[in-house]
Amino acid sequence: METEFFEQMAMPLFDQLYNLAHWLTGDRADAEDLVQETYAKALKGFQSFQAGTNLRAWMYRILRNAFLNSRAGLAAQKTSYLGDDSEEMIDVTAHSITPEILLLQQESQETVMSALASIPAAHREIILLCEIEELSYQEISQVLSVPVGTVMSRLSRARKLLRQTIQMKFPVRCEDAL
Amino acid sequence: MLCEQNSTALAAYLDGELGSDEAVAMQQHIAACPRCAAEIAEMVSLRRSLLAARSRHTPSADFRRRIQQQIAASKAPVPKTKPRLLRFLPYAIPLAAMLLVAIALLRYSDRTDAFSEVADLHVNALASANPFDVVSTDRHTVKPWFQGKVPFSFNVPELSGTGFQLLGGKLVYLHQQPAAQLIVALRQHRISVLIFQNANTFPITTESGSHNAFNVSTWKSQSLRFVILGDADQSQIDNLSQLFKQANP
Repeated sequence: METEFFEQMAMPLFDQLYNLAHWLTGDRADAEDLVQETYAKALKGFQSFQAGTNLRAWMYRILRNAFLNSRAGLAAQKTSYLGDDSEEMIDVTAHSITPEILLLQQESQETVMSALASIPAAHREIILLCEIEELSYQEISQVLSVPVGTVMSRLSRARKLLRQTIQMKFPVRCEDAL
Repeated sequence: MLCEQNSTALAAYLDGELGSDEAVAMQQHIAACPRCAAEIAEMVSLRRSLLAARSRHTPSADFRRRIQQQIAASKAPVPKTKPRLLRFLPYAIPLAAMLLVAIALLRYSDRTDAFSEVADLHVNALASANPFDVVSTDRHTVKPWFQGKVPFSFNVPELSGTGFQLLGGKLVYLHQQPAAQLIVALRQHRISVLIFQNANTFPITTESGSHNAFNVSTWKSQSLRFVILGDADQSQIDNLSQLFKQANP
């Protein structure tokens, strides 16, 4: 009975969880392992899940923790996973990338996709949770187990880095537009 | 002039995380600040470009099946060998539980039937064009009217000053036994007081509670059974019960 309920609740999240896992790991086989582990852990801990609370945030949190403990996740942590206090990033503002440039770049979404894939997993993760999964700051703070304030500053840095990466990947475009 | 808005606040606005007042203030600021307007426009563009990431990676049908099987597999019971006598335990417990439920249901349905019949009498009386056989607010008129019609006698308490008002009485039959039904008003509420003999036919001893949205109170006094039922508050039903209990010790 319990498992049927779990299936009804958790299977609709399957595509989203897989997409997130693939973005985090960058590999199909690793993503499948991660999703499989997520469902196994969620099923095991489903009794502790309280009805009425956010199942999606709860499952993302399991997936995210499983990722951190995975080979790919450990590697990602070595290469600057967090670092909430580093403010060395170049401030990329409206002066360096104009809407026109981004409009030009939209003709090829591959640009943005490849920039997203190339930034460190910690930044990619928070951008995916906010922009793609449309989680609220509160939900993201539950998934990442950090305060909302940290979510805001991390998100800000991740977006800056993504823009910076887009700019670095396509300097010609940017100059053309200017 | 330096803009005081930082990109975190702009992002919070875009992400729908600002309160309504803050959002309005930010909207006004963006309308007046070209720098922030450009920043927001850029963030929106970036968000739009990122939409493609949403369905970038799709799981294979085979993998979906594997996960579904994984969930289904966890349902399968783990077979264990048990001592001979204990082997019947799993069957004995549900069987015993079913028996208990059946007994409880039978008792409950008896009780429900008993209350349903009283509720029917109450509803019939209210729906009837002639709700009372004897119309009187005077207890000294109502009580004697039942003489010779019911094979017992009871006392009607003095209701003046209690908020309750006696409207009249009616001869009814409950379980093929004659019974006295008094209709008492409490503001717009109508409450039935049923009094009858042979309490053994009524399966409940003493109770106060709710049945079919009616509040009920019932008790036995010597050889008489009293049932008070109506849509008034339980506390009011209990108050009326007290008055009848005092009048019929």
